[in-house]
Amino acid sequence: MKVLVPIKRVADPANANKVKVAGSEVSHDGLEWVMNPFDEWSLEAALRLTEDASAKTRTGEIVVVSIGPKAAVDTLREAMGKGAERGVLVDGEDTALDSNVVAQILAKVVEKEQPDLVLMGKQSADGDSNIAGTKLAELLGWPVINYASHIETSDDGKTLTIKRELDVGVQTLKVQGPAVITCSDRILKPGTIKNGVTPADFEYPDLGDLNSRLSNLKNIMAARKKPLDELGLGDLGVEPVRVDEYVGFELPAGRSGQAQFLESVDELVQKLQSEAKVL
Amino acid sequence: MKKRRYLFEAEAHEALRAEIRKFSRNEIAPHAHAWDEAEEFPRELYAKAGEAGILGVGYPEAVGGDGGDLSHVLVAAEEMVLEGKSVGTCVGLGSHGIALPPIVSFGTPAQKERFVAPVLRGEKIAALAITEPGGGSDVAALRTRAVRDGDDYVVDGAKTFITSGTRADFVTTAVRTGGPGHGGISLLVIERGTPGFHVSKKLKKTGWWASDTAELTFEGCRVPAENLLGRENAGFVAIMMNFVTERLFLAGQCVAIAELAYRETVAYTQQREAFGKKLTGFQVTRHKLADMASRIAAARALTGECVARYLKGEQDAGLAAMAKNTATDACVAVCDQAVQLHGGYGYMREYVVERLYRDARLYPIGGGTREIMNEIIAKMEGY
Ligand SMILES: Cc1cc2nc3c(=O)[nH]c(=O)nc-3n(C[C@H](O)[C@H](O)[C@H](O)COP(=O)(O)OP(=O)(O)OC[C@H]3O[C@@H](n4cnc5c(N)ncnc54)[C@H](O)[C@@H]3O)c2cc1C
Repeated sequence: MKVLVPIKRVADPANANKVKVAGSEVSHDGLEWVMNPFDEWSLEAALRLTEDASAKTRTGEIVVVSIGPKAAVDTLREAMGKGAERGVLVDGEDTALDSNVVAQILAKVVEKEQPDLVLMGKQSADGDSNIAGTKLAELLGWPVINYASHIETSDDGKTLTIKRELDVGVQTLKVQGPAVITCSDRILKPGTIKNGVTPADFEYPDLGDLNSRLSNLKNIMAARKKPLDELGLGDLGVEPVRVDEYVGFELPAGRSGQAQFLESVDELVQKLQSEAKVL
Repeated sequence: MKKRRYLFEAEAHEALRAEIRKFSRNEIAPHAHAWDEAEEFPRELYAKAGEAGILGVGYPEAVGGDGGDLSHVLVAAEEMVLEGKSVGTCVGLGSHGIALPPIVSFGTPAQKERFVAPVLRGEKIAALAITEPGGGSDVAALRTRAVRDGDDYVVDGAKTFITSGTRADFVTTAVRTGGPGHGGISLLVIERGTPGFHVSKKLKKTGWWASDTAELTFEGCRVPAENLLGRENAGFVAIMMNFVTERLFLAGQCVAIAELAYRETVAYTQQREAFGKKLTGFQVTRHKLADMASRIAAARALTGECVARYLKGEQDAGLAAMAKNTATDACVAVCDQAVQLHGGYGYMREYVVERLYRDARLYPIGGGTREIMNEIIAKMEGY
């Protein structure tokens, strides 16, 4: 099975307090870049779909693609360190992208790569738009399934059984590939991915607060030698049209940091109802 | 505040840092305080670190490692200290760093198979035992005896201050197999469970609490002769070679601890107020911080130079000793100022700098004291 995993580098959400905004732009000065955590979930799912976990061997192919400046290569290499076979970097400026532009570029990469599946993050941790996956599927005319919590295939991605955990219950869908799938964090739990290769009783370790598996030095070194194509928009023959216009950014109001001590749980519940209005 | 790096660092170092950072934030930092108070971290952490490939950094793939060299070991340890914030856990987890190299360098293929690979997988714990209750600095005078008897060595004596000694599955032990002086010393791997091998005491310490430290005794302990590393009576050179890298590890830890203390202090002084302004609003605070940063940068530069030279094949024991002293001095001074700038909170157990202050005190003592480093420097300088 060949899976395309789009990956965005985002300013580390842990440094959100350092973000500076000026009018219609967000300054990235002094921020550290990390892989979008939502993309990490999909990468982990893709890795589990394309490996024999008990034999520790890769059985399929993952191509990771990022749209961004040259420095985004580090994020692609990180993904390759975790196991992805190849990388594609499409040259782009972070500030010149919106979900539509991203979807249009990815559609061209999909045409070129012909994957059996696109597994992507449901959103990015910076823009939180939640659009690119669905838009990509529309452009390709492919089915899209958002927030997958389980993915099962036994015929190398031709047919996929997917579960989605909703407030009202669990929805099970069957889909003929190729398709676009975005994942929920449930996908990281043990037993959510079945690929017909990894023994059904294999138990993946609990990732704790990690968003995907760690890589080791051997794989980090190996990742530096894996193939990585750098493409311009011209190479893909696409002139993406931007739909969103960024008008202004504002920082959220700071928190007061005040604590109030209450005498009982009853009082707390009452305050949450009447004052905080969250219950 | 600038995040400083060693001059030798390249792309792979940064990527390695990122992985170690995630591991440490996830697996160590949330428990740093509790494990220190408990004077132990859970044994499962070895397996987790092995699985994550952390224990294998700096070991060739042929012995079950993940490749890389001394530079990667330093960077990995620094990131683990910075993000895990538990020096004790880091040094406990890393005790194989001094116990395995003699096996990797002098062991037979069978010894490597038995002892190295399982440790790098996190299945076994390794310790190094040189120091004795009667003396640590004067290694050539060590007294633990190993007498050959048939296919065994019979070991009698005691070792103390042994990092990871209470839980170690085996101990790379310096013993006297020959006459007095450095020509009579050998290295023997002694396994836990060997009759006559006892953990006589778990020691209470000033710092490094999460790391267990033991006193060990050997009473008629029969160790198979196949556990001898290299040739009989040729152990002293192996021990001295091991000291060179150990000193660079320790210098690297000092840089890391000082860096962490500095970062904690910058963050604290930027938000703590006195006399109507932030502590960083006082020039004296800013100058103290500037001095801390300068000392760390100097220690990092010299340590980095030593590592770079070592990797080029230059073994300069004098420069390594200088790096260790420079880094330990910087670490002790920076941690002291870190506590000072935290005021009363700096003296309180739940503050990271309080712990670092105690941890820092070990470094001018362990792995060769500050005075012994000066002895080495003086000898190398030729006076
Ligand atoms: C927490 C901790 C962990 C340790 N882990 C290990 C371990 O895993 N394995 C291991 O083998 N050891 C370990 N050690 C032991 C450590 O290496 C020794 O403590 C150290 O080498 C000093 O030896 P000593 O304590 O016997 O001091 P001594 O040798 O008795 O020295 C006492 C004092 O005399 C000074 N002195 C000695 N000789 C001279 C001289 N020639 N000139 C001037 N001054 C001199 C010393 O500098 C020191 O100030 C550990 C120690 C500690 C505290």
